[in-house]
Amino acid sequence: METPLLSVRQLTVDFKADSGDFRAVDGLTFDIPKGKTVALVGESGSGKSVTAQAILQILSKKARISGGSIVFNDPATGKTADIAELRPESDAMHALRGGRIAMIFQEPMTSLSPLHTIGDQISEALIIHAHVGQAEADKRTMEVLARVGFPDPKRALRTYPFELSGGLRQRAMIAMALITRPALLIADEPTTALDVTTQAQILDLIKELQAETGMSVLLITHDLGVVANVADEVVVMYRGRVMEAGSREEIFRNAQHPYLKALIRAVPRFAMGEDERLTPIRDVKSAILANTDAPKRPQPQGPILKAEGLRKCFTLRSGWFSGKTRTIRAVNDVNLTLPAGKTLGLVGESGCGKTTVSKMIMRAMAPDSGRVLFDDGSGPRDVFGLEGSALTDYRRTVQFIFQDPFSSLNPRMTVYELLTEPLRIHDIGTPDERYERAKQLLDMVGLDKRSLRRYPHSFSGGQRQRLGIARALALEPRVLLCDEPVSALDVSVQAQILNLLKDLQDVLGLSYLFVSHNLAVVDYIADTIAVMCRGYIVEEAPKTSLFRNPMHPYTQALLAAVPDPDIDRPLDFDKLRAGRFSNPADWPEPYRLVEGEAGVMKEVEPGHKVRMGAHKAREAA
Amino acid sequence: MIRFLLRRLVTMVVTLLIISALVFFIIKLPPGDFLSNQIAELRAQGESASIAKAEFLIKQYGLDRPAWEQYLVWIGVMPGPNGYSGLLQGDWGWSFEFDKPVVEVVGDALWLTLLVNLAVVIFIHVVSIPIAIYSATRQYSVGDYIATFIGYIGLATPSFLLALILLYYMNRWFGVSIGGLYDAQYAGEPWTWDKIKSLLSHLIVPTLVIGLSGTAAMIRRMRANLLDELGKQYYVTAKAKGLGPNKALLKYPFRMSLNPFIADIGNLLPHLISGSVLVSLVLSLPTVGPILLSALKSQDQFLAGFILMFVAVLTVIGMLISDLLLAMLDPRIRMGGGR
Repeated sequence: METPLLSVRQLTVDFKADSGDFRAVDGLTFDIPKGKTVALVGESGSGKSVTAQAILQILSKKARISGGSIVFNDPATGKTADIAELRPESDAMHALRGGRIAMIFQEPMTSLSPLHTIGDQISEALIIHAHVGQAEADKRTMEVLARVGFPDPKRALRTYPFELSGGLRQRAMIAMALITRPALLIADEPTTALDVTTQAQILDLIKELQAETGMSVLLITHDLGVVANVADEVVVMYRGRVMEAGSREEIFRNAQHPYLKALIRAVPRFAMGEDERLTPIRDVKSAILANTDAPKRPQPQGPILKAEGLRKCFTLRSGWFSGKTRTIRAVNDVNLTLPAGKTLGLVGESGCGKTTVSKMIMRAMAPDSGRVLFDDGSGPRDVFGLEGSALTDYRRTVQFIFQDPFSSLNPRMTVYELLTEPLRIHDIGTPDERYERAKQLLDMVGLDKRSLRRYPHSFSGGQRQRLGIARALALEPRVLLCDEPVSALDVSVQAQILNLLKDLQDVLGLSYLFVSHNLAVVDYIADTIAVMCRGYIVEEAPKTSLFRNPMHPYTQALLAAVPDPDIDRPLDFDKLRAGRFSNPADWPEPYRLVEGEAGVMKEVEPGHKVRMGAHKAREAA
Repeated sequence: MIRFLLRRLVTMVVTLLIISALVFFIIKLPPGDFLSNQIAELRAQGESASIAKAEFLIKQYGLDRPAWEQYLVWIGVMPGPNGYSGLLQGDWGWSFEFDKPVVEVVGDALWLTLLVNLAVVIFIHVVSIPIAIYSATRQYSVGDYIATFIGYIGLATPSFLLALILLYYMNRWFGVSIGGLYDAQYAGEPWTWDKIKSLLSHLIVPTLVIGLSGTAAMIRRMRANLLDELGKQYYVTAKAKGLGPNKALLKYPFRMSLNPFIADIGNLLPHLISGSVLVSLVLSLPTVGPILLSALKSQDQFLAGFILMFVAVLTVIGMLISDLLLAMLDPRIRMGGGR
């Protein structure tokens, strides 16, 4: 058997913490063969990223490698080095780091310095390792930028990271890692922060570059869909140990370990049955939720919320020194209908205007035109006309669940204060009643009643998100606006939260507007799905009809780009490579929209509407 | 760029106008003024000749007019007894207390003040930045604790006390008399090389004393900023590229942590001037601090008004400089869309 590029044997990494020492990686053993992709899979806290940092010796000061070996066999020089034996700041380690082993990170915005140009940061890697001059380095940088797909490499040299989209930033990161032609690329969640179509393009790019240069890739991810599409071998980690390892075939066709089986069951898939429930790895039970009933309230005749012709433009000034302004049409002619007790999913890539829509519905932002009708049982009324007590009532009935469970809870308030604050603001109940209500809310979301005195920092991400949900439920709302509520969470926790939201809806009769970029998640939770692109709703349909028969090219592209954790349904990279799906002028007829044209929504089957160019729609009629 | 500068110039002028009005009326708030106080005193002593002169001055400077008219005359947009003659025309007024034009009273003091403060600013940065880098990169080490401890002592020591102590021991140990900014023999002399040498050696102690608390504060803030930046992902990226620890530190996190300090330049100048009054008194430095203090006490309105306006102009210009520097150093500000 050929010697592997990297062999990790019995690696242990210890952390020194105030609460005592703690072993993040415990006897880890695996190999990375030459030219292959090894996926390291696990939940957050399983030690995946620590392993990657150990390989590069960039562990934080509190951590140290306390045992085992990391043997790197450099194919270019034939030399062998045990990284675990090298000192982090030794010359040998500096040469390996970035030169022979390169790394890309999850968040392309924060992993590039905002003050230096892309060209500066990329060429720097080459200058350190190849000892070339700036001019030569710039030339090579342009070549590699062109290779990773920058349309104008010369200009890109002088571009700053904040001028680029997330996808281009990640391409720049890849260029930076690959300019030294490393033998091993470590990719730590390289696509988690990206939209699905961008994710597919980046994965495709990494695959292509791997084929060209023959490098190995260590892919760290929690997304089994990504693993099924790009990995050759899979290592599943849990609490610093390997649970199961093997080829992709073995892992997906014949999972042995219960942990891996549970992980696979926790991921929402497209092919799920109508009433199939996700099985979270650790289920949470609520005692009183089963015995609770929806509050008795008059039910609206029609939909509980309706948005009509919403439009919103933003004016941006393009810098301090220039008076130039740009207008961005964030939301264009958006019509949405949310029936009582149902879930409307709003899907689209980042920047498509979905959050703006939810903010306008919450009346946190006024539209340029259009209205939002809310019906509490006494007939529809325009939300923007509400004043005084009517507005206060509306605020009570519509609540928001945020994306980031870390920044959406005030770290200086206890759980009790967080949960009762809405009641205090609306002056509801006596302190004793509020205390009872807070206990009840905690139980509803499956948290221990004893946690009332604790502060948010002592909870995990999933638990915090449940606190956020409990807070939103405090005022007995009828509508919850959920803005990407699970995209910051692990798959296992994601399943918990989705199930919780479903249960709450069944019991309390809530209506959800569920905003997400993850189609599989929306498919799992929503009844009707609206697809949004560049401020337009391009397709709207009941979920069965949307996934069975996607009409719009953008919807099709979105669907095609979702990596399915099923190795018999690989991504069609050729189709995704074809180009830009999010530019209305590039859509094929009859969907093409020319500049300034909104087009019309046309019903193709009952409840299934697609946006078409206006004149084509007239011709068809 | 041109548009930006023009816009800034207009706001600067408006700001200065508002400040001048505030300054003038606050000085005028206490009842009476320097001359009427003096006249009352002279009457009590029965000196009629001086009273006549004081009354002439009152007429001359229009102190018998309403306050708003005095203000307009002072800034030079309304004709006074001498026609248009105010700040805008370069006439800074008359100091009643010193019985000289303001320009002669402040004269050298202005430039010496700027010099002392420049020295202090340089001292603060040169001393505190290396210490801050040291203690941030070795957080919770012995060195960090020592630097922190010294920093606290620096913050807690009253600067005038330190000035007195140094005054005594410098003289005793080195035989240096450190009162003033140059040896007494050079007072009123033209600027010669010897005078400059004397000035430089006298500059050491004031710089140390005035800069100490600023240095301590700067170490603390710089350390906190740098610690924040050291935890950022781009620093890990830089290290993962294979950059050595010093280069990675200086090029990325250090550069980022400078922003708040550049933004602070505008505030630094006036703070140093008003903050060093006590020390200047103790060390008898010929700076504007002590002059301002006595002018305010005796309601010498033109002198006080001019010094305060001078500080205001320094502040506004400092702000402009720091804004321009920020834009130069931070592309997010230069090109907008700073997310």
